[in-house]
Amino acid sequence: MLAAASAGRDPATLFELEAAYVSISSMSWQPRRGSAEVAQSERSEGAISISNQNANPATVEAPVIEQEARSEEDLDLPWQVVVHNDPVNLMSYVTMVFQRVFGYPREKAERHMLEVHHKGRSILWSGMRERAELYVQQLHGYLLLATLEKIG
Amino acid sequence: MEICRREDKLEISELDPFLAELLRQIPASANPEGTPTAEQRLFSPPAGPREREICAEWKLYVQPELRRLFRTATETVAADLEQLSGNEKTFANRTLRIPAKHADAWLSALNQARLVIAAKYNFTDGELCDHYRSPIGSRRDLSLFQVNFYGFLQEFILREVIDCPGKNSD
Repeated sequence: MLAAASAGRDPATLFELEAAYVSISSMSWQPRRGSAEVAQSERSEGAISISNQNANPATVEAPVIEQEARSEEDLDLPWQVVVHNDPVNLMSYVTMVFQRVFGYPREKAERHMLEVHHKGRSILWSGMRERAELYVQQLHGYLLLATLEKIG
Repeated sequence: MEICRREDKLEISELDPFLAELLRQIPASANPEGTPTAEQRLFSPPAGPREREICAEWKLYVQPELRRLFRTATETVAADLEQLSGNEKTFANRTLRIPAKHADAWLSALNQARLVIAAKYNFTDGELCDHYRSPIGSRRDLSLFQVNFYGFLQEFILREVIDCPGKNSD
């Protein structure tokens, strides 16, 4: 319920009356070009090392193999972060999000934004799953349609 | 309506009652409850349906965090919008001042509202590009106007605060 709720009027009537006030002809919707850039940050994957610190040659027992929630295959395979087209999000907003989340310079962020716009999707990043999940979470925090996909 | 940057604030002045009411509606419009399509849009799956484990973990651990994030943004905006309540004359033009440090909260709340409204009405691409349609025709037209008005504010915030964080007014 809009304005009329507080005034105790029928909303449709109020909007008809008040619409006469509306003038937003100066609104601009063109994608903007600016000079501000965010320096691309260096990102590196965390290394994984596995060691058996409790191994004692005198008391070795038969190994018990447990199924882990995330298989080694899952962790080893590269994943990609994909952003999908969405007609509501503004082009300038999407560009800003790519700059912020991935540290891309404006030109690169705009290229990806335009790829999303024209082709329906763009691969923004690929690498280890955990990092990809983090990126997707950040993108969802900005309300972009993003998914992670296994490569191959 | 006039909108400009003044030092560390965005100032929206000469707000007529209609636009002031549209602004007051931001927090309520951002609420997806009762509209499954809007809920789905705000909390979209992080992976395809075959990745069940990822989607299940996401729902359990990430979605509550996203809800908290979105709610914090709308609460910040609601607090700023208190300036538009009060006992001033109904038809008096108002001024709203938004601290620049609240820019991210405003971008988020405006985006939430736009997405929820668009999901509710299932607007087409063509409708979303029609920035000159009158809001008078129907409830749907009014909601489309609301989406575009919020988009205009987003554009302004992006240009004046996000792109030029240190800019002062003339």
